Amino acid sequence: MPPANPPKVGLLVTCLVDLFRPSVGFAAVTLLERAGCRVTVPSQSCCGQPAWNNGDRTTAEALARTMIQAFEGCDYVVAPSGSCSGMLRKHYPELFRDDPAWAARATALADRTWELTRFLTDIMGMDTAIPGFAGTVTYHDSCSGLREMGVKEQPRRLLASLPGVDLTEMQGADVCCGFGGTFCVKYPDISTHMVTEKVEAIVATGADTLLAGDLGCLMNMAGRLSRLGHDIDVRHVAEVLAGDPDTAPIGRAEG
Amino acid sequence: MQPHSADFPARAADALTDPDLRRALTKFKTGFPVNRARAVANLPEFEALRDAAKAVKDHTLSHLDHYLEAFEARVRDSGGHVHWARDAAEARSIILRLATERDARLIAKGKSMVSEEIGLNAALEAAGIKAVETDLGEYILQIRGEVPSHIVAPALHLSKEQVAADFRRTHTHLPPDRPLDQPTDLLAEARGELRDVFLNADIGITGANFLVAETGSTIIVTNEGNGDLTQTLSRCHIVLTGIEKVVPTLADATLMLRLLARSATGQEITAYTTFSTGPRRADDPDGPREFHVVLLDNGRSALLGTEMQEVLRCIRCGACMNHCPVYHAVGGHAYGWVYPGPIGAALDPALIGVKEARHLPNASTFCGKCESVCPVKIPLPKIMHRWREVEFERRLSPPSVRQGLWAWALFAKRPRLYRLVTAIAMRVMGWMGKEGAFKSLPLAGGWTGTRDFPAPQGRTFQSLYKDRRHG
Ligand code: SF4
Repeated sequence: MPPANPPKVGLLVTCLVDLFRPSVGFAAVTLLERAGCRVTVPSQSCCGQPAWNNGDRTTAEALARTMIQAFEGCDYVVAPSGSCSGMLRKHYPELFRDDPAWAARATALADRTWELTRFLTDIMGMDTAIPGFAGTVTYHDSCSGLREMGVKEQPRRLLASLPGVDLTEMQGADVCCGFGGTFCVKYPDISTHMVTEKVEAIVATGADTLLAGDLGCLMNMAGRLSRLGHDIDVRHVAEVLAGDPDTAPIGRAEG
Repeated sequence: MQPHSADFPARAADALTDPDLRRALTKFKTGFPVNRARAVANLPEFEALRDAAKAVKDHTLSHLDHYLEAFEARVRDSGGHVHWARDAAEARSIILRLATERDARLIAKGKSMVSEEIGLNAALEAAGIKAVETDLGEYILQIRGEVPSHIVAPALHLSKEQVAADFRRTHTHLPPDRPLDQPTDLLAEARGELRDVFLNADIGITGANFLVAETGSTIIVTNEGNGDLTQTLSRCHIVLTGIEKVVPTLADATLMLRLLARSATGQEITAYTTFSTGPRRADDPDGPREFHVVLLDNGRSALLGTEMQEVLRCIRCGACMNHCPVYHAVGGHAYGWVYPGPIGAALDPALIGVKEARHLPNASTFCGKCESVCPVKIPLPKIMHRWREVEFERRLSPPSVRQGLWAWALFAKRPRLYRLVTAIAMRVMGWMGKEGAFKSLPLAGGWTGTRDFPAPQGRTFQSLYKDRRHG
């Protein structure tokens, strides 16, 4: 049941969307508003995941404090990313386990933090996306979306509501694409091997568009697809659900 | 065993271009996981069993001293002996002493990862004692002078053709034209070779999958039955295992057994499950005259009471590596020590040091697949993450990582400066990347060596959003 009053949703833009693909952020705003939310975008930098992943707890804590303060007035925090929403939901409370006051604030925020497609469907009860995009698509489950944030059938359900969209599943949609944040540059050989296998699975579907809910994974797969000369468009699922057919796919020139 | 984990990147690079290994891993990654999924689907209470097993292990670990002492007392009651080894060197010298006191010349060995951990074979050999591995996979590796690449299927990196060639090379007393095409041919030949070892061994050494505190029993599971012959036919049976293997009761052990085979190979139960309780009694028809248990600590007890304690729940089923995309890519030898894959990444830093093992917990995307299949629900990514923190705290991370984080944090901690700088940087980068993507970028060779780097759209979301609201 959607809440009666429009809930105030703070958009956690995520660094990658903020810097590389604002169109995903606008798609998220469109979808959240369509679902009946009041959207705000608190001034923000990064959730601290790169520091956290590399064991730099001090920096991660400092960034987490800033984020917690920025989003404290929101009913919900929603991100077009399983990985960044997972950072807030799963790791912020861990980060402050020795600091009860901040731990309480972190936990309060964590409990209100959601990945976009799951929030739209499971919390706001949205069952139809916004038409506008048409094509055959395949969907990659990003690891943190799937295993930290419980995202699996929600984006698929929304995609199924779009008349022009035809979803073909790839083999091993839930297998990691090899991005892994800094993993992809710390262990490029292994990462490349993993994304190459992922590309084979994508190509085998015959789909003309690859979708996922995390921009890091998408940039990794798009980069490998284009390096290997495959003509497959790559987009964030939010853009398709918001009916945005005009923005150039990831890694392609506008127009 | 001498660790080579510090060479992980180079070993991984070799593994990625080794055609034999590629073939073996391609086959491997669809084998065990598919079988496990089927076994799990056939057991509706599997999830409940996982929770129960986790609870049993957590309880045991928080009273580990109690259960180990109870186990020792029961072993003594049944006429056996327990030896405590603080580290690998102590464990080796205990076993060497037992062997020399008994004037042992030949030792039959069942599969034991702890024996690899303490480098037992080399120590025995140096003392002039012949030790023969009787598990088929381990036997093959011993012939080749290799170490296991997987904790359950030690020779999975080899093809049957490679093994056939090894057998022809070493078993020169057999007819050269004998058929060795089928796995059963290889098994039969190894059995024939091992028969004399079983019959003539002075001592049989096995590992243990579980120790039962209430009865003083040790349990091994095998699919070849070699463990039974190893331990019942020799005069003296030595069990070598880690202190974390103890469970309170036989009922607890059965719970673990229900999870172990299903998680490991997808079998409901392994072909042989063998319980040993003390030496042969007066009216027993067979069995060893002596029963010794060597319990190894080697860094394990130091994990008790820390955030890493959960790793001691491990029942060594191998499911985490069977499902790990990094293990699928590089195989077990790349990890450079006894325990590869996610469990290795979580455990090895405790056993061989963070400095030597630092790559292992880093070489993970934290995809979380391992944790989702672990029968005792060890939060493997969380433990790997904790090791990364220890590495960072001890300043063992490479300078490039530390400096990169420092420079990035400088901006990220100041949102206004961050917005300003990123807005300019993305404009420039967007303009330079008008083609849509970069084929190469300074300082980003790790990415652009094999992938194009998608160019930014040009403006940042935050600056566009502000304009839109005010415009
Ligand atoms: S960590 Fe879990 S999955 Fe891996 S070997 Fe141990 S018990 Fe099995």
